[in-house]
Parts: sequence; structure tokens; C-alpha cells
Amino acid sequence: MLEIDGITAGYGPATVLRALSLRAAPGQITCLMGRNGAGKTTTMKAIMGLLPVTAGTITLDGAPLSGLPAHEVPRRGVGYIPQGRRLFGELTVAQNLTVGLMTRKSGPDTREEVLELFPRLRERLAQRADTLSGGEQQMLATARALCLRPRLLLLDEPTEGLQPSMIEAIRQVILRMRDSGAIVLLVEQRIDAVLAMADHVHVIENGRNLEDLDAAALAADPSRLRAHLGV
Amino acid sequence: MDFGPYLMLAMLEGAVMAAVLALTASGLSLVFGVMRVVNVAHGEFYMLGAVVAWFVAQHVGGGPAIGFVAALILAPLLVGGLAALADMTILKRIDYDPERTIVATIGLLYVIQQVALMTYGPNAQPVEPPFNQRIALPWLEWGDGGLAIYFPWGLSTTSYKLFVIIAAVAVILAVWLLMSRSKAGLIMRATQLDGEMATAFGIPVERVYAAVFGIGAGLAALAGVLIVPIQQAHYLMGGDALLLSFIVVIIGGLGSLPGTIVAAVLIGMSDGIISVFFSPTLAKIIATLLVALVLVFRPQGLFGARAR
Repeated sequence: MLEIDGITAGYGPATVLRALSLRAAPGQITCLMGRNGAGKTTTMKAIMGLLPVTAGTITLDGAPLSGLPAHEVPRRGVGYIPQGRRLFGELTVAQNLTVGLMTRKSGPDTREEVLELFPRLRERLAQRADTLSGGEQQMLATARALCLRPRLLLLDEPTEGLQPSMIEAIRQVILRMRDSGAIVLLVEQRIDAVLAMADHVHVIENGRNLEDLDAAALAADPSRLRAHLGV
Repeated sequence: MDFGPYLMLAMLEGAVMAAVLALTASGLSLVFGVMRVVNVAHGEFYMLGAVVAWFVAQHVGGGPAIGFVAALILAPLLVGGLAALADMTILKRIDYDPERTIVATIGLLYVIQQVALMTYGPNAQPVEPPFNQRIALPWLEWGDGGLAIYFPWGLSTTSYKLFVIIAAVAVILAVWLLMSRSKAGLIMRATQLDGEMATAFGIPVERVYAAVFGIGAGLAALAGVLIVPIQQAHYLMGGDALLLSFIVVIIGGLGSLPGTIVAAVLIGMSDGIISVFFSPTLAKIIATLLVALVLVFRPQGLFGARAR
């Protein structure tokens, strides 16, 4: 269980998140939605410890994440797939995966499992990451995060700008992670994708909680989501 | 002596210079490459290497060879440790902000230089080389009986100078292997490419920075130890080393190790040759002119990647 309890965080003097709370349960997909600038990516970075959290707490399975040095957070099993992929572009595909494997000292069996999920990457192991196509780069970013054997998987708009076949491939991996009992926290803009996958949705606005909806409420009245997001 | 043997002698002197320069400059280049920090105090780490070598050679008994080997191990470790400490206590506190880093390392330069003056003193001191046999070099000449080998008077080098060249090549090869083949190198390159994502994958970026700053300074110190049996240690010797390292790193492309090596050979060799045939001042003028030309026509350096 990921529990975020009343956190305040931001960039230097600019506060972005104000007393934000959310929960994400294992074996479920929890979606974070909101308009541009609502604080979705900031929430992800705050969980990763990349931004100072000035108030409130973040805990994973009861153990505090906030207050840890930032490089300790991924070692607790938090895999991060950032917006825009953020691969190590000059490194090869294999080296990018090695960076992921080193985080929690995962063995070669983890590498095999991940490559089985993304066979396309196996063909391109020696290729520089920045020479991959957009979809392959997203696969690599996902694979790199899976190399941690994450307990908590953070995905920040993983399907942005991808063609439908790639979106489906990423979706399958997300569902697989959910079924394996991981906590999945997903930032997603496409409402139909959220309606199809999410067990729980947190809508935020201006860094504050606006509404929490579960799958049943969503199915009963999808228009509420559209009203919040202004589409 | 004919022109040929003269040129060979000049090239040998140039090669020694190039070797030491390549070591010093690769440290500067590594620090800039990974940390984007311009380390103005780099020359002082080179000087400290030479000075520490003198202290160690004074205090370790058992002949020049043992003292020199002790210096070769101790000086880079001590100087690297000092640099890592400076990184953690100074550079980290100012957040590696480019302008403030330059000012901070200028301060560091003067602190180190003045401490060296107060403890080591203003005199240049020699360290005895561990071995120093004169090696006469052969030259080929067309004589009456065809191609003949003879040993021109004055054409010689010493075994120690050859050792400096070989040692520098070995160390640079080791640095290259470290960066391209080892896990430590992978961690450094990941940090260089995207510090925030490196953190998000469990890499302690601050410790990597301290280690890189230490390794960079250690390379300069090693160059200082190698040069001190040839040139003597002096508290102001860091100035020229810094200037030439910057020249090399700018020509080669900031942060590019191959570029740094090529530029070090180019500058070192031309410096040796021009110094022998014309004057050392002309050599410096030409090197500086080369920097100006590179900055005008190829600002990223010979091997540097364009800013992305």
C-alpha cells in the first residue's frame, strides 16, 4: 500500500502540491488525473524523493519513503517511468537495462524476464538508446523500471505520442504488473484508457485533491470525470 | 648533429611533455565531462602531487626507488582524498552552480598555493628518479656501405623519460577501460547524461561527484609525481599545467577523453619541437593561437559533441 498523507512540495519557493493525499493498493491500478499543471508529475517526483517534501508523509507498506535520501527510494522497490522517457541516450540498450538492474542488484534472471516481455529490445541490445524509435524507447524506459522488480510502479503518461500497437503493448505490461500484485500508479490523460483500466482514480487540481472515484462510480457516471478535466 | 637526430630528440622531449599533459588534462576533462564543473584549481592538484612526492621521498628511507614508488601510490590518494573533501564541503554547498564553482575553485587555487608556500617553501626541490640510465639512440645514415646504424653524439634519452611515457599511456588506457567497460564507469556516464534519472535508479549522485572530482585530482597528482624527477617541485608549477591543460581540453573538446589525448599529443609534441628549434615562447604563442582558431572555427573542439 502506498499512502501519501497531506504532502506539500514544490520547486524552490514555488509550492506546487498543497496537502495532497492519496492511496494506491497492491494489485490495483490507481490513476492520477488532472489538467496540465495540476501537479501530477510533481507528485511522481515527490514520491521518488527528487523534490523536497516540506510537510506530510509518504509511506510504502508502512515504511516511510519521504525523508530518505533520493537514491534510497528506488532501492525500496519503486520503479519510475518518467514523462518523456528520459533514457540514458548515449548508452546502449543493454547498458540502460544494467543501470536498472544495479539499483536493487537484480540478477540475470530478472533481465531475461524483462527481455521476454519486450523481445524487440533483445534484438537491439547493442544499439544506442537514442537511436531507437519512440515506441521502442518507451519499451526500454518501461523495461528499465521493471529491472528493479518494483513493488510500486510509477508511470507518467507512458502512452503519450505512441502508435496504437505500442499503446496496447504498454497496456498489457501494466495489466501484468497489476496481476502480479504490484502497486501501479499511473498518470494518464486519455479518459477512455483510464475508464478501461483504472480501479481507482484520484483527480487533482492546483496541487490539491479534487475528487476520488472508484471503478464502480466511474462506470456509473463517466461524465463526472469529463467535467473535472474540462473535455 | 644533422637535422634528423635533432628532430628525433625534440620529438622525444615533446613526447614526455605530451604524456604528462595528457594525464593532467584527462583529469580536467573527466571532471568537466561528468560534473560540468570547470576546475580552476586543477593545476594546484598537479603541484600538490609533485610536492607530496618530495615530502614522501624525504621521509621514506630505503633508496630513491622505494621513495618514488611510495610517492606514486600515496600522492594521488592523498590529493584525490583532499579533492573529494573539497567537493563535499565546498562545491556541493554551492550546488555546482557554474559561475560560483569557478569562483570557489579560484579560491581553492590560492588556498592550496599559499599553504604549499608556507609549508613547503619557495624553493624548487628535486626528487631523485628511481632509475636514470642514459640510453644512446641510434640513427640511420647512407654511408659508403649502404644503410648504416650509428650513435650520434648527444642523441640520447634516459630510461626514466621512457618510463614516464609508458606509465602515462598505461594510466590513460586504464581510465578509458574504467569509463567504457566497468560498472563504475557506467554509473559515472549515467550520472553525466541525466543526474536526476540516475538518482531515480539508485545512484548516489553526490558520492559519484565526490569520487569523480577525486579521480580527476588524483590523475593530476600522478602527473605531478611523474614530472618531479625531471622538472623539480615548486609551489607555482601549477599555473603552466593549468593553462596547458585548458588549452588541450578546449582543442580536444571539453569532456572528450580521445579528444584530450589527441590534443595533448599535438600540443606536447609541437611544444617540444618548436622549443628546441625556435623558442619556448613561440611554442606557447602558437598553442594559444591554436585555441583561438579552434574556438572560432570549431567551438565544440576537435572531438566534442555539439551542445544538445
